Amino acid sequence: MSSNKRKAVIVLAGAVLVGLVFVTIDRTPAGEVQAVTRQETEKEEGQALADSLMAQWKLKNPDRMDDWVAEEKERHTIQPPADNTDVLKGGQGEGHSYGKYTERDLLLWARETEKLVVEGSRIFHDAAALQGTVGVSCDMCHPHAANTHPETYPKFQVQMGRVALLRDMINWCIEQPVRGQRLAPDDARMRALEAYIYAQRKGTELSYGKH
Amino acid sequence: MKPRHKSVETKYMEEREEFFRSLRKLDRRSFIKLSTAALGAVAVQGLVPPNSFQPVTLATGPTMQGAGNAFRIAYISDSHLYEKDVNDRFVRALMRAVDDVNALDPQPDFVFYGGDLAQLGQPKELELGAGILKNLKAPLKIMVGEHDWFLDMGEKWRALFGEPTYSWDHKGIHFVTLLSVVEKDFWTARGMTPMERMKTVAGLDNSVQSPFSVGEAQREWLRNDLAKYPDDTPVVVFSHSPLYKLYRPWNFWTDDAEEVQALLKRFQNVVVLHGHTHQMLTNRIGNIHFHGFLATAWPWPYAPQGLPELTIEMARPDPFNPQDGCGDGDALVHPDGLVDKVYNFWNRNPVTVARNYTASWGKEGIPPQPNRPSY
Repeated sequence: MSSNKRKAVIVLAGAVLVGLVFVTIDRTPAGEVQAVTRQETEKEEGQALADSLMAQWKLKNPDRMDDWVAEEKERHTIQPPADNTDVLKGGQGEGHSYGKYTERDLLLWARETEKLVVEGSRIFHDAAALQGTVGVSCDMCHPHAANTHPETYPKFQVQMGRVALLRDMINWCIEQPVRGQRLAPDDARMRALEAYIYAQRKGTELSYGKH
Repeated sequence: MKPRHKSVETKYMEEREEFFRSLRKLDRRSFIKLSTAALGAVAVQGLVPPNSFQPVTLATGPTMQGAGNAFRIAYISDSHLYEKDVNDRFVRALMRAVDDVNALDPQPDFVFYGGDLAQLGQPKELELGAGILKNLKAPLKIMVGEHDWFLDMGEKWRALFGEPTYSWDHKGIHFVTLLSVVEKDFWTARGMTPMERMKTVAGLDNSVQSPFSVGEAQREWLRNDLAKYPDDTPVVVFSHSPLYKLYRPWNFWTDDAEEVQALLKRFQNVVVLHGHTHQMLTNRIGNIHFHGFLATAWPWPYAPQGLPELTIEMARPDPFNPQDGCGDGDALVHPDGLVDKVYNFWNRNPVTVARNYTASWGKEGIPPQPNRPSY
């Protein structure tokens, strides 16, 4: 291609680009309304597309759990996590690189935290998930994680003859009444179980050492 | 890493295996030596093997002496049996209860089984329970719990034990047994299989299930059954759910409790003996005195709210002893229908809730307080 032609192509491409820029950035109020409407329509279309893809996937995978978090929450009520709307208030958030939060952040935090707690609830109520060998699950002695009293740990656990944390007691229960294998402290299941047990005791005063 | 401390049950299982291993190749002299040694070791450590003779010490007091025509009934409840190869802990517990009752002297007039014989309503579990209960010397009266019912909606139960609702008279007292774990249909709309339905009901804290109720049909039956009795007839009602409203999230609850209580209102003294709650529970509503049964399988914690004022809690069970907080018991039934309810805790002193405790609305005959209250 000759240099003149190349220049012409470049200028034309530049013009197209500039034109595109003007088309997308519309500064007039009417133009703004137009842009918003177009975005909404695009969003709706996108959502419809995603919904239909999801429905197709569900048809192909009928035995996969629909929404296991919602299902588990329906079976076993859990305490909701703390209300964080206070972080949306206060002027110091403005201009803060990582400290300016939105509603979406709050929703994300709550959902993710609840997910771990609900996973804990799922394991808590399932002897197979605990890998117990006698068909005993935690909820048989601790409905809704009652009588787990995590706020009393660390304490001198008389029957163990040493100071115990909550996870030591969880492991003891898994080994003895549940007759399963003890979990490593950072095992995903141990973390989930702890999360559930602490969550159910929301609002209780800490009182370590209480027998 | 091997844990430094073993629970009572682990120690028991190890000793038991050791014992049976060594028994296989013994001559007579060694056998006698070994068994005496084993018994001695067991006695020294305070461990009590299952199926052993368990004398029941009953508290005696002025309420029990000179009782006239008072008679004793025994109870065993909430065994939640699995098949033996899945879990023999609950089986051994029920066998211990049966031995307790068989060791009573004199024998009770009858033994009442408070429901939840099986854990998942399986025919094998129910048959296992029926087989163990056959060893009782005294006559058996039995009641349905939700764990017995919701797998096949009572098909196996009826074949083994007959109709779940019935009544009879004994020494001037009118006894009624109700099926009080009726639940509104929650399973059809969800397309649940029978096992899914059973497992839902088996979860005490599973909120998909409906609350327990007696139901219109049975209330009608009860109305007709009671119609022929005058107001001064002492009435004792056996029910699995408590027939009052304690704590809905755990189905310590009977939805139509008020209607049932209304049917019983005209009688001078009514006693309700209920299972399901696996703990010491006492309540009084008007003329009705409520007492809970202990379970043989495991104890429940106390509900965070709704506890009746008259209830003295049992001391918090020790998880390191799998039978703590469990047991069986009996009741001395007086001619006026009120009972002295004895909670025969395993490995603890028995606790008696005498008739004058509920009769005096908790002013007299106060049972001992727990040294380890609920958290």
